[in-house]
Amino acid sequence: MCLGIPGRVIEVGRERDLLMGKVDFGGVARKVCLEHVPDAVPGDYVIVHVGFALSKLDEQEARRVFALLEEMGRLEGGAGQ
Amino acid sequence: MKFLDEYREADSVQRLADSIARTVKRPWTLMEVCGGQTHSIVRYGVDRLLPPQIELVHGPGCPVCVTPLETIDRAHAIASQTGVLFCSFGDMLRVPGSHGDLLQLKSAGCDVRIVYSPLDALQLAEAHPERRVVFFAVGFETTAPANAMAVHVARKRCIANFSMLVSHVRVPPAIEAIFQSPDNRVQGLLGPGHVCTVMGTSEYEPLARKCGVPIVIGGFEPLDLLEGIWMTVRQLEEGRAQVENQYRRAVRPEGNPASLRLLQEVFETVDRKWRGIGTIPASGFRLREQYHAFDAERIYGVGDLRTEESTVCISGEILRGLKKPPQCPAFGKECTPETPLGATMVSTEGACAAYHAAGRHLPGTPEKRSAS
Repeated sequence: MCLGIPGRVIEVGRERDLLMGKVDFGGVARKVCLEHVPDAVPGDYVIVHVGFALSKLDEQEARRVFALLEEMGRLEGGAGQ
Repeated sequence: MKFLDEYREADSVQRLADSIARTVKRPWTLMEVCGGQTHSIVRYGVDRLLPPQIELVHGPGCPVCVTPLETIDRAHAIASQTGVLFCSFGDMLRVPGSHGDLLQLKSAGCDVRIVYSPLDALQLAEAHPERRVVFFAVGFETTAPANAMAVHVARKRCIANFSMLVSHVRVPPAIEAIFQSPDNRVQGLLGPGHVCTVMGTSEYEPLARKCGVPIVIGGFEPLDLLEGIWMTVRQLEEGRAQVENQYRRAVRPEGNPASLRLLQEVFETVDRKWRGIGTIPASGFRLREQYHAFDAERIYGVGDLRTEESTVCISGEILRGLKKPPQCPAFGKECTPETPLGATMVSTEGACAAYHAAGRHLPGTPEKRSAS
């Protein structure tokens, strides 16, 4: 139930008293409430749960595990030589 | 899709599984808290990639599963009333109460609707001022800010025909109850990533310290789960019990300040009963006094409804990590997703339902690959 899907913000605007936006999920766009990530701008990636963006995704942090994997690969390669 | 596909890539997954195998020296029992994590572990067979020393047990983090029977019965009592338009997330509709599920009520002619967002329920209330719209507000801290926003906006816009039946639950008190139980088996914990996007990680620090259990806040994709398990095993092997954050791309230590402010304004903590476990102190949210006019439990007078659980099922032990689904004599026999006997079979995120969907009730499906 705590399912959160990453998507890219493509539009930001106000709808009456709420900060809303459009988020693209791999080709499918949905209306999402952005009240909890008020600094989100088009191009940002957010995690969306029950029609609300929960948090912005940090691209630098997202790359961390891949750098770690690369390092592991390098060490393994080194150990094998 | 970006932020999904790369976290499911087979070579990377295998490389992390190999690191875990190299790190582990002794047997350890780890628990993943979240139903979403359980679902992902069983779906991708993450548990079968682990070395034989590591056992994964499945935690209580499925809000649909732990919503108590009497709350389902309260939902029924409200949804059956004339003029009520009852809105719920789809996964609550099939959960059996004492007198069937909400879907059956819908086929019997009651106006029960599935909504994607709590704001959809609010919109229905504005579009149908002649109807009384009730939203079934369940979920963990992940869902609570969205539901809080719906009732906050209802109050601001004076939408008098909108109310919420609230049964929110909080993760940390349930974890503490599990850790402090005399029969606890859990030595390391994969913490709930999306709950922590809202709440941050500070609530888990005293838990790790007090109970001596390492807690790694983790994501939901195979790579996240394996990295989280690896970080937990490293702590255990090094004799540490700290809070670490594997899911840093989404979770900040301080959580989400806007969500936290709203939660504080709308909800207060309350003792809450968990299906299969019992009452856990301070483990729930209820509406604060200034929101009582939107509290369906008060409006419809269903607060006193009490019911008893079936005694056959072992979901209570499964939710506390003491047993696993195949250890239940009813699993896959009289208890199936179509005829669930208890908490962990009622939602697709429940451990029993996840095992059943992966065919693990069938003969010849090993719990884990051999160590070779």
